[in-house]
Amino acid sequence: MSVSGSNPRALPWALVTPALAWTCAFFVLPFIAMGFSSLTGHEGGGFTLANYSQFFTDPSYWRAMVNSLEVTAIVTVISILLAYPFAWILAEMVPERWQRLALMLAVLPFWTSYVVRSYSWLLVLAQNGVINRALTGIGLIGEPLQLANTRFATVTGFVHFFVMLLTLTIFANLKQLSPSYRKAAADLGAGPVRTFLHVVLPLTLPGIMVGAFLTFVLCIGDYITPQILGGNNELVMPQLVMLQIGRRGDFPLASALSIILMAVVTIAYLACARWLKIERA
Amino acid sequence: MTARNPLSALKSHLSAACAAAALLLAAGGAEAADLNALIWCDHSDPALLEPFEKANDVKVNVKEFEGTGAGLAIVDQSQPGDWDVMVIDSIDVPRGVEKGLFEPLPVDKLPFADLFPEVKMDKSTIVDGKRYGITEKFGYNTIGFNKTKVDPADMQSLASLTSDKYKGKVAIYDYYLPVIGMAALAIGKKTADLTEADLPALKAELLKMKANAKLVGEVTASQTALATGEVDILVGGGEWVTAGLAKENPALDFSIPKEGAVLWSQSLAMFKDSKNKDMALKFIQYIMSPEGQARLATSSCYWGMPANKTAALTDEQKKILRFDEQPGFLARAQAYPAPNADLDKKMQDMWTEMLQAQ
Repeated sequence: MSVSGSNPRALPWALVTPALAWTCAFFVLPFIAMGFSSLTGHEGGGFTLANYSQFFTDPSYWRAMVNSLEVTAIVTVISILLAYPFAWILAEMVPERWQRLALMLAVLPFWTSYVVRSYSWLLVLAQNGVINRALTGIGLIGEPLQLANTRFATVTGFVHFFVMLLTLTIFANLKQLSPSYRKAAADLGAGPVRTFLHVVLPLTLPGIMVGAFLTFVLCIGDYITPQILGGNNELVMPQLVMLQIGRRGDFPLASALSIILMAVVTIAYLACARWLKIERA
Repeated sequence: MTARNPLSALKSHLSAACAAAALLLAAGGAEAADLNALIWCDHSDPALLEPFEKANDVKVNVKEFEGTGAGLAIVDQSQPGDWDVMVIDSIDVPRGVEKGLFEPLPVDKLPFADLFPEVKMDKSTIVDGKRYGITEKFGYNTIGFNKTKVDPADMQSLASLTSDKYKGKVAIYDYYLPVIGMAALAIGKKTADLTEADLPALKAELLKMKANAKLVGEVTASQTALATGEVDILVGGGEWVTAGLAKENPALDFSIPKEGAVLWSQSLAMFKDSKNKDMALKFIQYIMSPEGQARLATSSCYWGMPANKTAALTDEQKKILRFDEQPGFLARAQAYPAPNADLDKKMQDMWTEMLQAQ
């Protein structure tokens, strides 16, 4: 006896049940708990919007959101600008038989621990680090630059990671692009630049958008990189969330801040999805 | 007893469901016959735990946490009896007692007479006449510095931390209570007397410190910054930063400035619902013994002064910890600020403002 034999609707449900159960247990239930928690006070008590009002009325709190959005936007743009030519070289200029190896080398940074990688950047960017020593050694600068413990350091750490991610999504998109599009453009008299701007780039925008969205989501929710490389000279949202938990254990306020962060990510997702839908239409 | 509102009840049920799910996954990790300890990183050193495990034929399962809030959250999400002992900031012992978590300690079975009197922390470790915590390790949040890069004479005053001479050479330890305590000392206030009225002056002092600082870092980041020469001074540093690095970097040192320093101390507490109270007590006795104290004081994660004066430290270790200077240091040290919940929140928000200041 088969499941599909007894009830044609049972098989699809049986197949999706584990995923649904997983999502319910580890996303829906915790999210609902977090939602309720965000509406209570630290010392217990009834319903309150105080946690949300603190975010909107305290400049040092919403400044964290502004910092998060600024850092994320900068990282996303720089990563796209670096990843696109990299993916292009991999897809178009590296011989097919070497592409797999080249891709593997490209994602090598993923193989090391995220924390170790961030601390490595801290040492590279430090006052006595490789970059400052090289610049002072060749006489370009007299005094070491402050590179570590700055927003620049945070952005550098993020870009190192996300360039690889974006390269993968854009590379996949470029590989799916039929060569006949470019041949047709050439037949119609378009040069390489025009072909790229009017044919290739628009057709690879979905890959860029997907990569950019992934970068946005992972970057805006990341705690490790800004904590290690930013030197706490400005706070981003995940750091603000963690600050509420460390000593005081203020989970209601941490929950409210997390939900606000999730709302921003949701808005970004909806904008991205809508844009992709329009593009397809 | 007060009636719970429906929102709290629902939240509680959902939290319990989530905790139950997490515990189901974690089942098998900790066993009742073992000793389960919620600890700070200095207790996870095998050199500290293995002698106890061998002597008592027991496995010590440890779970590290940072910050009392995070530690108490782990307890909240556990079943009663899951944990046997906990390391906690001495000033936060009452928080655990209020939650009904801790067991009074048998004073006659622990070496209270051997402790430095100044670190017994009776105000926070004794609640309603019962002692719930025993101080095991202490030290100072003060000025840590590289003596080859700064004038050691300058390090005898907290005013140096905000002077132009050291602009960009300073890191601040990222924990608001001790650094606010240091700011209080800098403006001539006693840490025990801080009130909401002092916050504007404290904030002004913190902002001056921030203007001079290159970074505000947690333990590893601030230690790395001082050790690698990224900064020359660590506000809030002390023997916990410099002593462990003394062999590799003997230039690192700390001072107790003329205004004083902030005394940190950590305590051990036993859980009321522990299923292994005899072993929990043995563990506390071991940690408080001369041998245990020496191992804890020189733990690989961070060094600190043993609370027990009879700790079996070598002469070299005592020199690094400046053991013989402790009476003078303790006389000038003030306890961590111990604000009530409302003032604590305001202090943390002030700290957030300082971090965000450009």
